Amino acid sequence: MAEAVEYKQIGTRPIRPDGVDKVTGRAQFGADMVLPNMIHGQVLRSPHAHAIIKSIDLSAALVMDGVYAAICGADFEPFVDSDLSRNIMARDKALYHGHAVAAVAATSLTIATAALEAITVEYEVLAPILDVVEAMDKNSPLVNDNNYTKLPEKPEKPSNIANIGKLERGNVEQGFERADIIVEREYIVPMAHQGYIEPHACTANIDETGRGSVWCCTQGHFDFRTATAKLLGKDLADLKFIASEIGGGFGGKTVVYLEPLAVMLSEKAGRPVRMKMTREEVFRATGPTSGTVTRVKVGLQNDGTITAAQTWSAFEAGAFEGAPHMPGIMSIYAPYEIENFVVEAFDVLVNKPKVAAYRAPGAPQTMHAFECALDEAAIALDMDPLDLRLVNAADEGTQAPYGPKFPPIGFKACIEAAKNHPNYKMPVPDGAGRGVSAGFWFNVGMQSSAEVNVNENGTVMVIEGSPDIGGSRASMALMAAETLGIEYENVRTQVGDTESTGFCNVTGGSRTTFATGMAVVQACEDVIGECKKRAAMTWAVDEDQVEWKDGSAVPGPGVNADVKPLSLAELARKAGKTGGPIQGRASVNAQGAGASFSINFADLRVDRDTGKVEVLNYTAIQDAGKAIHPAYVEGQMQGGAAQGIGWALNEEYVYDKNGVMENAGFLDYRIPVASDLPMIDTHIVEVPNPSHPYGVRGVGETPIVAPLAVCSNAVSRCLGQRLTNLPLSPPNILEAID
Amino acid sequence: MATVVLPDNFSALTNGERELSTKAQTYRELVAELILRWPQLEDLLDKTAVAIDGQIYQEAFLEEIGADSEVFFMARIEGG
Repeated sequence: MAEAVEYKQIGTRPIRPDGVDKVTGRAQFGADMVLPNMIHGQVLRSPHAHAIIKSIDLSAALVMDGVYAAICGADFEPFVDSDLSRNIMARDKALYHGHAVAAVAATSLTIATAALEAITVEYEVLAPILDVVEAMDKNSPLVNDNNYTKLPEKPEKPSNIANIGKLERGNVEQGFERADIIVEREYIVPMAHQGYIEPHACTANIDETGRGSVWCCTQGHFDFRTATAKLLGKDLADLKFIASEIGGGFGGKTVVYLEPLAVMLSEKAGRPVRMKMTREEVFRATGPTSGTVTRVKVGLQNDGTITAAQTWSAFEAGAFEGAPHMPGIMSIYAPYEIENFVVEAFDVLVNKPKVAAYRAPGAPQTMHAFECALDEAAIALDMDPLDLRLVNAADEGTQAPYGPKFPPIGFKACIEAAKNHPNYKMPVPDGAGRGVSAGFWFNVGMQSSAEVNVNENGTVMVIEGSPDIGGSRASMALMAAETLGIEYENVRTQVGDTESTGFCNVTGGSRTTFATGMAVVQACEDVIGECKKRAAMTWAVDEDQVEWKDGSAVPGPGVNADVKPLSLAELARKAGKTGGPIQGRASVNAQGAGASFSINFADLRVDRDTGKVEVLNYTAIQDAGKAIHPAYVEGQMQGGAAQGIGWALNEEYVYDKNGVMENAGFLDYRIPVASDLPMIDTHIVEVPNPSHPYGVRGVGETPIVAPLAVCSNAVSRCLGQRLTNLPLSPPNILEAID
Repeated sequence: MATVVLPDNFSALTNGERELSTKAQTYRELVAELILRWPQLEDLLDKTAVAIDGQIYQEAFLEEIGADSEVFFMARIEGG
C-alpha cells in the first residue's frame, strides 16, 4: 500500500537528460537516420475519397533510371489480409483521399516523385460518405460492402455501423420522472488531428535474407516490429526496431504506416530506404481522432443531484472500424455517482482516414457533451458548477459506470482544490465567461521490462523499452535512484532497441511511468537483493542479516558492530571477487492502474465583432497519484490543456463535397501557438495509487479531456447563449450569434 | 459466493443473463465455468478485461476470486 511519505529523489525536478540535445539539434529523430547507399521512398496517394481501383500499372516507374523498387496492393496479397494491411496500402478500393495506392524507392526524392507520376492508376470514382449520421442510415451507400455490424447474429445486410456499445444501470425513465429539471441537447465535436510536430519517418535496411533493421519514430518499437512482421509474413526475430527520439505522438504513433512499406521497398531494392511524410500526408493519411455527434439528456433535482442520464453518440471511425466509442461511453459519467443511466455509442465507417488513438481516446468527445449539459443545469439551478459536481462526485467505493467500485481516487480532492484556488476565488473578468469541467481517464498497465546494470564505479544504467515521449527517462532514473538509495545524477536511462531489452508495450495510455516504472523499481529491488548477497558473502554472514539503507548494505541485528556498511560503489568495485557484474531485471504485466480525475476552469472572452475567443486564464488541477517529476506532470497538464483548447476553439477537418480535406497544413489547420494562450496554471493533487510502489497513477491522457467543455461553457456563459458545436472558431461563433 | 456481472454485449450470447454467482476461486476457474455454460463466449472473454474487487486486469489469468468478490467484465482500455 503506497502511503504519503517523504522521498529524497522522487518529487524533485532535475533538468531533463534529453533537453540539451533537443534544443541544440543534436537529437536524432525519425528522419535523421542516414546510411550508406540509402535511397528514398515515396507514396502515391489516392486523389479520390472513394473509388474502385480498376488497375495499377507500375511498369513505367520501374524502368526509370534511379528507381529501384515499386510496390502496390498486389504485393501485400500473399500476406495477412486485415484492415491495417489495407490501410497502409489500398487493394481494390481507395477509401479516403490520401489513401496509399503505391510506393516507390529511388536514388533521389526528385526521381521518386517523377516515378510516382509515371504510375498509372485507373479509378472508378464513387460518391464519398462523409456525414456520420447519414452514414448510419440503413439506405446509405456503403464505405465497405463487406462490413456487417458486429452483433451476436450476423445481420442480413451490410452497414456502415461496425460496432455498437452500450452501458446501462437502473431505470432511466423513473429517474427522469424524479427530476426537477431536464437538460437535453445535441453536441458536435469535429475530427481533429494529434498535431505532433514531427511527421512520421523511418529508415529500413533489409538484407538479401530478408533480415534487417528499422529506425523509426514510434510510441512502441516492439509493437511496430510485431505489426510489420505480421503484415509482411516475416519472423519478427528477423527485424530489429530502433526507436528514434520522437517529436510527439499523443497516440498517433501507436500504429504503422510507412514502416512495412519501407521494409518491403528495402528488401526489393537491396538498399536502405528512408521514408518521411510531409505535413500534408500526415493530415490526409494518418490517424486523427473521431468526430462525433452526441445527444445528451440529463435530469437533476433542485439540490443538484443527478437522477438520470441518457446519451447517444455516433463516432466517425474513418474508413475502417475502430473508433474509440467504448472508452467514450465508459468515461462519460465516470466522475459521478449516477443511479440511473444509459449510454449507447456507434462506431461508424466514413470515407475519411482511419482514426487512431489520441490522448484519452473517446473521452473528450462524450465528456464534452455531458459536462456542457451539467453546466447548463448549474445555470438553471443557480448553483456553482463546482458545487453541482461535488454533490454528485464519485469517491472511493462508488460503482463506476463501467462496473467496478473505485479504489481510492482524487476527484473530490480536485474539486476542493479548485474551490480553494485563487484563480477560482478571483472574480470573473469583465465581459468574460468562466467555464468549468471535469476530466477522467482510466489509465492502463500492460507489459514492460527493465534491466538495471551497476557500473564498476557504482553508477547505474537503466535499460527499458518505452520510447521517451514525455520525460520517462528522467522519471525512471528518479524511481531507480529512490529505490537504490543513490543520487539521481548517478543513474542513466536508455531506451533499448528490440534486441537489447525485453518486451514493452507502447508508450501510451498513461502507462509508462506506472508500468515501466514498476519494472524499473522491481529491477532495482533485484539489484538490492544481489548487493545484500554480495555483502553477506563479504561479511561471512547470512543474507537475511544484511539490510539496505541509503544506498549501502548495512549490518543487521546480530552482526558484528564493527562491520562497516558497503556502498553500492564499493560493492560494484569488488563485484569481480563476489560473483561478477551486478545486474537486476524485471518483467511485469502491470495491474492496478489508478484512474486519474481532473478539474479544469478558465475565463474566456469573446469579441462579438470578430468572433475571436481570448483565453484570459486557464487552471488545470489533476490527481497524479504521486508526481515522480512534478515539472513533467505539469508539462503533461499544460500540453493537454493546450491541445484541448485548440480542439475546442479552432481545430477541425474541413472537407469539400468530394471528401478532400481543405486544410491539410498548419496554416489552415490552426493549432494554438504560444501567443494564443496564457500560462496554464497547474495544481497537482496527490492521492496515491495503492497499486504502485510510489503511488503513480499516470497523467498523460486526462489533461485533454476537460478543456473542450471548459471552453464551451466559458464561451456560452460569456455570450449568454449555449453553443453546442465545436470548434468555437470565429466564423462559427459569428454564425451562432447572428 | 462471488458476484459476476457480464457486459451488455454478452447478453445475446447468454440469453440476456447479465449477473450470476460463482464458487470459482480463480479467474481461470471462472472462465472455464462461463465457457462450459456458454461456449460461444470464449472468443469474447479472451478480448475482455476484468475487474476483481475494483482492480482492473487487462489480461487476467490466475487472479484470486474471494467468496464475497465482485467481478465485472468490461471492454479493454488502451489509450494514446
